[in-house]
Amino acid sequence: MTATHLPRHLLSAADLDRDEALLVLDTAEELALLADRPIKKLPTLRGRTVVNLFFEDSTRTRTSFEVAAKRLSADVINFSAKGSSVSKGESLKDTALTLEAMGADAVVCRHGASGAPHRLAHWIRGSVVNAGDGTHEHPTQALLDAFTMRRRMGRLEGLNVAVVGDVLHSRVARSNVLLLSTLGADVTLVAPPTLLPVGVDTWPCAVSYDLDAVLPKSDVVMMLRVQRERMHASFFPTTREYSRRYGLDARRMAALPDDAIVMHPGPMNRGVEIAAEVADSVRSTIVEQVANGVSVRMAVLYLLLGGALDTDNDERAGAA
Amino acid sequence: MSAAAWILRGARPLGGDPVDLYVDNGLFVDDAPTGAEVLDAGGLIALPGLVDLHTHLREPGREDAETVETGTLAAALGGFTAVHAMANTEPVADVAGVVEQVWRLGQDAGHCDVHPVGAVTVGLRGEQLAELGAMAESAARVRMFSDDGKCVHDPLLMRRALEYVKAFGGVIAQHAQDPRLTESAQMNEGAESARLGLAGWPAVAEEAVIARDCLLAAHVGGRVHFCHVSTAGSVELVRWAKGKGWNVTAEVTPHHLLLTDELVRTYDPVFKVNPPLRTAEDVAALRRGLADGTIDAVATDHAPHSLEDKETEWAAAAFGMTGLETALSVVVEAMLTSGELDWAGIADRMSVRPARIGRLTAQGQPLQPGAPANLVLVDADARWTVDRRQSASRSRNTPYEARELPARVVATFLRGRPTVLDGKPA
Repeated sequence: MTATHLPRHLLSAADLDRDEALLVLDTAEELALLADRPIKKLPTLRGRTVVNLFFEDSTRTRTSFEVAAKRLSADVINFSAKGSSVSKGESLKDTALTLEAMGADAVVCRHGASGAPHRLAHWIRGSVVNAGDGTHEHPTQALLDAFTMRRRMGRLEGLNVAVVGDVLHSRVARSNVLLLSTLGADVTLVAPPTLLPVGVDTWPCAVSYDLDAVLPKSDVVMMLRVQRERMHASFFPTTREYSRRYGLDARRMAALPDDAIVMHPGPMNRGVEIAAEVADSVRSTIVEQVANGVSVRMAVLYLLLGGALDTDNDERAGAA
Repeated sequence: MSAAAWILRGARPLGGDPVDLYVDNGLFVDDAPTGAEVLDAGGLIALPGLVDLHTHLREPGREDAETVETGTLAAALGGFTAVHAMANTEPVADVAGVVEQVWRLGQDAGHCDVHPVGAVTVGLRGEQLAELGAMAESAARVRMFSDDGKCVHDPLLMRRALEYVKAFGGVIAQHAQDPRLTESAQMNEGAESARLGLAGWPAVAEEAVIARDCLLAAHVGGRVHFCHVSTAGSVELVRWAKGKGWNVTAEVTPHHLLLTDELVRTYDPVFKVNPPLRTAEDVAALRRGLADGTIDAVATDHAPHSLEDKETEWAAAAFGMTGLETALSVVVEAMLTSGELDWAGIADRMSVRPARIGRLTAQGQPLQPGAPANLVLVDADARWTVDRRQSASRSRNTPYEARELPARVVATFLRGRPTVLDGKPA
């Protein structure tokens, strides 16, 4: 491995080359050992400030970043912008300037508008981590998914991964396609044509409309959340029909190879894209994904902020 | 500085051989007038004053973004002697009173002629025809009507509008955008929007309306003009309609001749515009269409916006770019440098034909004795770097910031009176 640092920001899974992505996964493996110790804390980011800037509600992602930062001894500020006066873009800049004045070393940003973390990165000096922007990307989700796959399957290279569901509106799908192709996995997107973006043919992956044809050769099936309100915009006729054609139930799960796993980024719509008995089966990694999320986010914060801390070799050696 | 008589020494009309042009009492004249001010125009290209079919001056209502005074000064600095002021002001220019107000503000400012565009429907709501006849008969003598910013999407209303304005030689300038196909659309739909996760604005949403309105114009014998066509398919449709002999014209913006949707990768809303920046293939087709005359005119769609409406995340930002001061340079960059148009062609697409479409008899005339002395002198060899802080517009949303562009406007004359000299307001 040649990479020792990450780029200043993590805005897109495409920001990471293969070595950098593997550096995150390997660092996360080291940091995961910490979870088994009675004292789960390292002094690495003591005195550094991490701001969780969430313009959208997402308790699970925010908590995951918060736990990750605290285990590295960073000071964590939760800046929940939803419901306050912050609703227009003008305030995005004002918020950025405020955080800048407070000396944030890293800003973890969740926003309903695609590209908002990119704008934020123009206005502040600290590192920006994209924690999900609109229908664009969610790179740490892709990293934790890759981490989970590698742990369960022992490899990523050549792995057949089916990503199933509302690709059009999914930041998880975009980041996964980019990261998994960087890491050598073979991704097939499966969805009704209405839920695939025009231009998907330029992505580094295959596309299918037929879930039953894809399942027997899939090592990993990742089910995406499908929002019921999509049917009102005619993306599909009814949730029942969607579920029949693209839902993962016990019958379909039986078509998978013996060691295949089932993933879901959460929150799930049980009975729509995934049946309860599938979500709760031994193939399911859904709970593991949550635990792995903390390790991967620790690795990202550590590498982003550690990378900026060139003189602090002791602390870096202490964790890696 | 405002002598009544001028000798423009050594100017090159339409890029031809150098001649002396004589101006007296607002007209070009045969002989050197006595007591004339002499301007050394050696080597400068002389074109008829540019005519913009599509300008947003924002007054009344959004004077924080632009006023008639600042917008028309920017126009003069860009070489324009006439602009058509779009109707989507607050209040909307849908009654004689508002169009007359805008027209008078233009007269008072004096930087270029302001021809208000009247709204087609009351409040741009697309439900009921505005009093088009009253606007036509007002002091502003409106001939172009548009709900620009919104599409007249009801086919029956569009048909009636096309029919009704025949009575006074009017034209309906359509902002072709199917509203259902572009709900919450943010950028061109294609490979870039797929990757960037921004809702797509498909080419078909423009082309379907253009096809329909060509057929409607043919059916009722009306005159339709298409604002800011942006796709290769639109060029094909206009070419087809013109081939049938139908009364159809079209404009393209400078930015659609030069910029592509790859710029959206920055998520910088300075590149957010409606219709959106398209692909390199669309740009090539638009250039070909402008070169062969399928597209009649370049129109700026100058759309100033305040900083707070642009310094935001992409989805929250307003659509639009400023363009009056850069239009000629961008057209030179896109069309002249590539050899697709010569100076005569640029004069035709930026002055002669727009004046004809707007029914402006005193604009877009040859630089010949007896004609009104509306002209622009251009230094074809100059190169300059766009600096938004130097703009005369009240807004700063140029997509060309820090870009080096060819050709610079040296002087602009409006009916024999300089509005710009030495590249500065006269």
